[in-house]
Amino acid sequence: MAYELTDKDLLDLATGAALLGTGGGGDPLIGRLLVEQALADGCKVRVLDPDELDDDMLVIASAMMGAPTVVLEKVPSGREAVAALRRLEDHLGRQADAVIPMECGGLNSMIPLLVAARADLPVVDGDGMGRAFPELQMETFGVYGVPASPLAIADERGHTAIVATGADNHRTEWFARALTIRMGGSAYIAEYPMTGAQVKRTAIPRTLRLALTLGRTLREAKQEHRDPFDALIDALKQTPYEHGQVLFSGKVTDVSRHVSDGFTQGHALIHGLDSTGTMRIEFRNENLLATVDDRVVAIVPDLITLLDADTATPVTTETLRYGMRVRVFGISTPPIMRTAAALDVFGPAAFGLTQPWQPLEEIAN
Amino acid sequence: MRIGIDVGGTNTDAVLTAGGQVLSTAKTSTTADVTTGISQAIDLLRRQAQFNPADIQAVMIGTTHFVNALIEAKGLAPTAAIRFGLPATSGLPPLVAWPDRLVQAIAGRSYLCHGGHEFDGRTISAWDEAEVVAAIEDAVEHGIRSIAISSVFSPVNAEFERQAAELITSRFPGLYVSLSHEIGRMGLLERENATVINGCLREVAEHVCTALVDALDLAGIAAPLFLSQNDGTLMDIEYTRRYPVATFASGPTNSMRGAAYLSGVDQCVVVDIGGTTTDVGMLQSGFPREAATEVEVAGVRTNFRMPDVLSVGIGGGSRVRPDGVGGMRVGPDSVGYLVTEQALVFGGETLTATDIAVAAGRADIGDPSLVAHLDRTLVRTALDRIADGIQDVVDRMRTSAAPVPVVAVGGGSILVPDELEGASKVLRPDHFAVANAIGAAMAQIGGEVDRVFPVAPGTRDAVLDQARQEAVAKAVAAGADPSTVQIVDIDEVPLAYLPGNATRIRVKAAGDLAVTS
Repeated sequence: MAYELTDKDLLDLATGAALLGTGGGGDPLIGRLLVEQALADGCKVRVLDPDELDDDMLVIASAMMGAPTVVLEKVPSGREAVAALRRLEDHLGRQADAVIPMECGGLNSMIPLLVAARADLPVVDGDGMGRAFPELQMETFGVYGVPASPLAIADERGHTAIVATGADNHRTEWFARALTIRMGGSAYIAEYPMTGAQVKRTAIPRTLRLALTLGRTLREAKQEHRDPFDALIDALKQTPYEHGQVLFSGKVTDVSRHVSDGFTQGHALIHGLDSTGTMRIEFRNENLLATVDDRVVAIVPDLITLLDADTATPVTTETLRYGMRVRVFGISTPPIMRTAAALDVFGPAAFGLTQPWQPLEEIAN
Repeated sequence: MRIGIDVGGTNTDAVLTAGGQVLSTAKTSTTADVTTGISQAIDLLRRQAQFNPADIQAVMIGTTHFVNALIEAKGLAPTAAIRFGLPATSGLPPLVAWPDRLVQAIAGRSYLCHGGHEFDGRTISAWDEAEVVAAIEDAVEHGIRSIAISSVFSPVNAEFERQAAELITSRFPGLYVSLSHEIGRMGLLERENATVINGCLREVAEHVCTALVDALDLAGIAAPLFLSQNDGTLMDIEYTRRYPVATFASGPTNSMRGAAYLSGVDQCVVVDIGGTTTDVGMLQSGFPREAATEVEVAGVRTNFRMPDVLSVGIGGGSRVRPDGVGGMRVGPDSVGYLVTEQALVFGGETLTATDIAVAAGRADIGDPSLVAHLDRTLVRTALDRIADGIQDVVDRMRTSAAPVPVVAVGGGSILVPDELEGASKVLRPDHFAVANAIGAAMAQIGGEVDRVFPVAPGTRDAVLDQARQEAVAKAVAAGADPSTVQIVDIDEVPLAYLPGNATRIRVKAAGDLAVTS
């Protein structure tokens, strides 16, 4: 049920969100520091379970859009995301009753908490991606019929814009991306305005709790000198994601990265230490496909995360380097992310992959 | 001839070299005043191999003075941070997330001003002179003596930082100024933190640098003085006065570079065993592999280029005792530098790792008869325990499944077994006990570029070439012999989620110091 987040929760949440970021989504650090500041200023982060929402409540999704690398340099004022929310409320002529994360992986795990704290609104425990994805239309809200627009976007000057593209969520993404670049490469958005009833129908529930649990599990495993990967697998059994497994262990022997269309695309090769064979990871900001000798082991939207083999710290695509010793960890996604409609929007084909979708737990068997 | 000196917390080591040969070595205690320890070390060198002070062409020093000053919060200058970035960045002002104790120790103040740049080089907002002057005046009123300046995306465009420095120099002479683009890389908070740390060490730096120069004057040495930096390259004494923070990790770096030089191997795992710990690092092309993650120093998050070093609590002075379940425990507690008094072989009463090595016939130190009574099984068990501990760290540092050479250095390197799993060979070069001072003596001059470049389709090679040339030019400008400068590291990271192919490129070049030796 409803609960409040503490400083200590934030560290666990950041670790869990980095894990759910599957290599992308950006370092939650700056977001975490901003939320810590808000808590130190006496603000509260109250978390509502989706079941606690009234059907006619207005809920708005909140996020950073753009390059997380830019955020590490152009640190926000902390008011941008609230400004976007206020602009959308003005446009709609109605005040929000709660905010909801767009994306539970990476930096965007933190931005809605900042908005909740500063605007004194509850944040809904759930999100639209269940991990990290690169584009705005890749959300279960949209998959199940909620339009992304009208969307409000804001920068550190308090300058805002409204993107209204009807039900065409790809156009929302396209226009908002252009505005993001003009706003300096990172901007803050309020989008997918929806009712409490729509949240209950379209959101992936309790992903904030999921990130917290995974982060806490890693911390406690370290403290108790327990194998962190075994601990993760056990913890996942109690969540809607259910199944986690170590897909591969080895050393990174090649990383090839290039930018096209604003995405970091490329692949990494991991040479097995305990086993024979080489794993190939294809990424486009996030990790999308893991194969061993051309055999698919895991594929998007299932989660493929690389963790430091010793410390179980999640490794991002941008920090991945030759020589790192990693374990590749796979997490299965809940049914709401695996329907035909969901796979149309964020399944393998949506990323130009030719390999068919297969649930990772079925491949494992 | 050159002199290399490593000033550690406990010992000061020195070497005299000529043409790459080690002529003499010295080990003495570090003294509270900087000058005496250095003078003693130079005297010891001279006693072993007479030299004319006029024949010394360069003196290289690695020191832990500055990092220790920060950790102990001693002699830190009252420091203010001024950041250009408004209206952005106000959510996390400078000194955010610093330990209160350290903020108090530097009487820290922070100011936000308009300015800074976007990722593509546009300004965020215009320079506001009145605002900057007001900030500095307020800082001065509060007793601030050192100012750290940061600006958003200053690694791409440092205009605001430079303008602020000019203003301070002309209107507020006497204040120390540190600029973030000269100190750290991308990542505003970490770069700014490093700049503030540098700022608060400026007075200590003046004091220490003057003392070092005095020590050389006393010895009659007029040669240029260099200090070693975190990445194994050198900076001159004037640079050190301005950038003391660049010395923070020079200790482990020097011992790894010294190991590379002594063994002639530049791709290897280096095991440096001191009195209390074993530090293990990896050399690639003769330079330490850098840590991939941010490094915290005295509780402050920074992005210094630090060598990736793993430590385990096993050293020559480690106490050895039964572990209660039939085996032996070695360390992590240690008698440290008192090993020459407290170890059994020196007539003391504490069983140490050194005693085990002597009892096993690995080394001839002190009086072996004092450990002749030790039970053979006990010695074997303790030796295995030491080998396992070192083995484990070496294995974690290796970057490929292929066996790599292992070079053992430091006073405690007698503890390293002759064979280690995963090691193609175990090398114990001559002069292993003073590898850190040799690393200082052999250090190179480096130059680095770390910036966001626009990379249009088809121009990647040209852009990389430009970055390479800039890095080489920086190394030569810093005093490297152009004929020896090589590119030692290249890293490209595209900025994700943005079209336009903005790519962060880091290139490091290094070459031998341009003096004949």
